[in-house]
Amino acid sequence: MNRFAALIDRLGYEPRRNAKLRLMTDYFRETPDPERGWALAALTGALSFRHAKPGLIKGLIEERTDPVLFALSYDYVGDLAETVALMWPAEGGANEIPHLSDIVAGLNETTKADLPRRLAGWLDALDETGRWALLKLITGAMRIGASARLAKTAVARLGTLEPNEIELVWHGLTPPYLDLFAWAEGAGPKPDTVNPAPFHPPMLSHPLEDVGNWHEALDAADFAAEWKWDGIRVQAVGGRDSHGRRVARLYSRTGEDVSAAFPDVVDAIRFEGALDGELLILREGRVQSFNVLQQRLNRKAISAKLLTDFPAHIRAYDLLVDHGEDIRGLTFIERRARLEALVAKLDHERIDLSPIVHFANWDALTSARASPASAGASKDAEAVEGIMLKRRDSTYVPGRPKGPWFKWKRDAYTVDAVMMYAQRGHGKRSSFYSDYTFGLWRQGENGIDELVPVGKAYSGITDEELAALDRFVRKNTTNRFGPVREVVHTRDAGVVLEIAFEGLNRSTRHRSGVAMRFPRIHRIRWDKPAREADRLEHLEALLREA
Amino acid sequence: MRPEELICPTPQGLYCPPADVYIDPMRPVPRALITHGHSDHARAGHGAVMATAETLGIMAVRYGDDFTEQRQPVAFGETVNINGVEISFHPAGHVLGSAQICLAWRGFRAVVSGDYKRLPDRTAGTFEVIRCNLFISEATFGLPVFRHPPTEHEVAKLLESVALFPERAHLVGAYPLGKAQRLMALIHDAGYDKPIYIHGAIARLTEFYRSRHIALGDIRLVALDDRKNLGGAIVICPPSAMQEAWSRKFPDPVTAFASGWMRVRARAKQKGVELPLVVSDHADWDDLGRTIRETGAEEVWVTHGAEEALVHWCETQGIRARPLRLIGYGDEEGEAA
Repeated sequence: MNRFAALIDRLGYEPRRNAKLRLMTDYFRETPDPERGWALAALTGALSFRHAKPGLIKGLIEERTDPVLFALSYDYVGDLAETVALMWPAEGGANEIPHLSDIVAGLNETTKADLPRRLAGWLDALDETGRWALLKLITGAMRIGASARLAKTAVARLGTLEPNEIELVWHGLTPPYLDLFAWAEGAGPKPDTVNPAPFHPPMLSHPLEDVGNWHEALDAADFAAEWKWDGIRVQAVGGRDSHGRRVARLYSRTGEDVSAAFPDVVDAIRFEGALDGELLILREGRVQSFNVLQQRLNRKAISAKLLTDFPAHIRAYDLLVDHGEDIRGLTFIERRARLEALVAKLDHERIDLSPIVHFANWDALTSARASPASAGASKDAEAVEGIMLKRRDSTYVPGRPKGPWFKWKRDAYTVDAVMMYAQRGHGKRSSFYSDYTFGLWRQGENGIDELVPVGKAYSGITDEELAALDRFVRKNTTNRFGPVREVVHTRDAGVVLEIAFEGLNRSTRHRSGVAMRFPRIHRIRWDKPAREADRLEHLEALLREA
Repeated sequence: MRPEELICPTPQGLYCPPADVYIDPMRPVPRALITHGHSDHARAGHGAVMATAETLGIMAVRYGDDFTEQRQPVAFGETVNINGVEISFHPAGHVLGSAQICLAWRGFRAVVSGDYKRLPDRTAGTFEVIRCNLFISEATFGLPVFRHPPTEHEVAKLLESVALFPERAHLVGAYPLGKAQRLMALIHDAGYDKPIYIHGAIARLTEFYRSRHIALGDIRLVALDDRKNLGGAIVICPPSAMQEAWSRKFPDPVTAFASGWMRVRARAKQKGVELPLVVSDHADWDDLGRTIRETGAEEVWVTHGAEEALVHWCETQGIRARPLRLIGYGDEEGEAA
């Protein structure tokens, strides 16, 4: 457990994907079965046992420490599990250090009454990091600094497997995954598991703008177009297990099983097949903004009220498997016909078709993109973030093949704002001031113009531009607040950033009253004086238009 | 006799009226006794400075030879009598030359701990317990959440990371006096035989340690145009340098930080540290309590740090205690954290 805890601890600090992978692969290589299998279960969220309440842990520490000292410590550290882990008066060598497997087994067989005694015994034997990880695990509050997908990729790296190969067998596997590790290390056969509803890695697109002179280079007649919806890409898969029972699963685009979060959608998966589509919130037949969808995402408890207030739907645009037949080798047009038939037969209010956008030539498509409302998207136009172009003869190829699919996003909004504050980044950018808070002008209470912060951006620029902005920040700092520097921003001095963003929402949390969606730096306007940057009224006008 | 007749807190720092001397004063005074060379305790501009030869040497390295008008070196255990107050210096184990200062007068003994630690450190000497009536202790890590792990574990963590990421430079932030040299010794003693690179700001103090015959291994200054070639190397630098442009040219650096504050995740995260190493030159919670008990003191004053918890603990042990809330101490680790 101490070794596993050290891994979790290190993953939490490490920002780099490749470094996380190497840390996990190294752990899997060094750690014997079944311990590493339980670790993989913890990393992928596949462990389940009776959780302990924070009250139980408080009770244990209060029996062992002075309440004043505990209160002062908790106040300083700010996290219960960490405070208890650090304060716990351990008796080194008192007990045998438990393995993660011992703890999982113990938690499954323990009675509620016996849990405190067992937990105390483990805490006595573990080191500080081990205690911290155990307390996080047992209260269900363990945050893993890596996705399930990345953990599976780390297993694949033990040998020569592709991560997708693991994905395809994953749902038939159970901890501690002895067969999986044997297969990955070349010491055993491919696990003989039949996942009745497996995930298929999705096909992704390239930005149309990346094709030089695309107007000429591409022939409009070769392509079909759809709206690009501003939702979450999902895959809905239905099948039957060996007992003939219906199995339905909903996956994210990275293959995470998100079924538990969307019981309303899963209930609609009453077909055998794999369907590619966009998860959206529909109210009275109308697609809601991404802002509304976000309120449904990342919720721990899925309450009845949440299901009623945020009804989830799938807008389907492709079919990969039809009645058990893998049709990814068919052309887009052939798959589309199968999809239309399946959705029609299913006839469920939660699953509908993403319509085809008809166009005669590129000019017609350009105007459809500029005005989706008048090109068929009508009342759902606000949820359209552009156009998807798919070659009519394209087969469904996992990954991001060049050529068959393109995305053509609507032009982003832009605004010229003044940099007000800068903060150092993380990882590779930890020595750079790379996160910028920017503001727009408005009339202050005293009648004099002032800048009001409207957002924060940390992407969109090249390494050279980043270095230049970093130099600017360091030379023009007017104040420091911990990791944040205030940067000169008067009418005559300051740097103007052209900010691109996808949309606006009203916000009571921002002083300006507006919040931008996905703001990023489009250009640095070294040429523009700060006083000529845009005013807040400009954003307010955009809000009214929307 | 009231202890305050022998020693009392003043805005300048701790003052001993019968000897007319200050201990670690924050402002220039005619006569100062200095526990150790960290800048929050050892300041320039005093009329006369009494300290260990090592501390005087460190002050000269930092402030120049004219940091005081008169240097008065004292050996550990030697007694100097000023107006009837018997003054002696005793090892504190904090950094090279660090001392506790004992004042004995009319049968009453007060010990000022300065900063101290009990964990072994061959670059700093071994703390000596002095029995006394009044113990004036630091409490930088005066909360029960601060219990320093064995230092070897932390160094092993660093060396494991170097082995796992041999193409990445490992930048270790460490305070330039004491922590940096202790790390060099620890890494060397762990069997690491490759060169250890250091930032220029650490060079002169490191040279001073070596002049006192402390073996630190193969220490090399980072050459600016060599930074890109230091993949797999360990580079010790002041904490502030990790955030400066200087750190950028290293190949995909892992930013490590050696400090007792690294025990608390929020502290480490806030600093953007990727590899926290819990290595401290201060007594941890358990050692603060152990030391207070071993001195046999019937009264404890707490100079700086988390006073509230330590004062409370003393009271539960039947020891009179009060916080002094001296302003200005603790900046060196405070700044670093």
